[in-house]
Amino acid sequence: MPESESVITQEMRDAVGVESDPVIYDIEKGAIIRFAQAIGDDNVIFNRENDARKTRYKGLVAPPTFLRSVAHVETPEPKIKVSSPYPANVDGGSEWEYFEPIHAGDTITATTYLSDVHERQGGRFGNMLIMVRETKYVNQFGNVAALQRTTGISYQPPD
Amino acid sequence: MEQRYFEDIEEGSEVPTLRKDPTPQQLVKYAGASGDFYQIHYDVNFAKNNGLPDIILHGALKNAFLGQLMTDYVGFDGTLKKLSCQYRAMDIPGTPVFAKGTVVKKYVEENENIVECEIWLENEEGQKTTPGYAIVSLPNRS
Repeated sequence: MPESESVITQEMRDAVGVESDPVIYDIEKGAIIRFAQAIGDDNVIFNRENDARKTRYKGLVAPPTFLRSVAHVETPEPKIKVSSPYPANVDGGSEWEYFEPIHAGDTITATTYLSDVHERQGGRFGNMLIMVRETKYVNQFGNVAALQRTTGISYQPPD
Repeated sequence: MEQRYFEDIEEGSEVPTLRKDPTPQQLVKYAGASGDFYQIHYDVNFAKNNGLPDIILHGALKNAFLGQLMTDYVGFDGTLKKLSCQYRAMDIPGTPVFAKGTVVKKYVEENENIVECEIWLENEEGQKTTPGYAIVSLPNRS
């Protein structure tokens, strides 16, 4: 397949790393417990305050993917919205990186931004545009508690 | 919960399988708890009108199952550091899914005992619908 022209625009490059306005979430104990029950995880650190206190967490903490549920309340909106010129999209997956536990009672500030944009040539679909969006969750002590990356892959379907 | 220790982990060993039996009710509970109310996860007619065979599991719920696989694995004293997955195929409620994993490598880095695992969700036919990767740290026995 011939090399296609790059579809990465200056606007996309300029958008990389530009953080959205922050959205603030109060991490509620009840929301954590409901989430743990919904996913069917009976680990005491997510469900029972008294037992969780006896662990090194000293209280209830959130399961690994809990933060993506608080983000449904109000989602941080990217400052610069960029979209792919290609019509077909594939979910390239999700990635979490954890630095600090999320405790019940925490106040978490979330911002989102385009963290990477690049292309991959030569696959089944010719040129593929890969955009990685990152959401950063910072706790009330100013520490990054978690990073969430979602990768979107877009391409021009063959005729 | 039984604590797992770094010394006891061998490369190539298995992460104990976590069986989940998602039901339509669980998808409704997850919709409520997560705020993801896209109808393909609980309205059969809506799902079929969108070309799907049935209602399907939320990708994020499958991500959560893989999270549970690893938080069970590390116990209270280990830490999940990284968790990733890709949604390659749909899973439907009413049939079990199995979260599984294999230890790829273990090493010490900056005084942390790191264990890297290939993880995935597979269906009853053994198809890996949701491959992923996890990096954890584990405590020493002594």
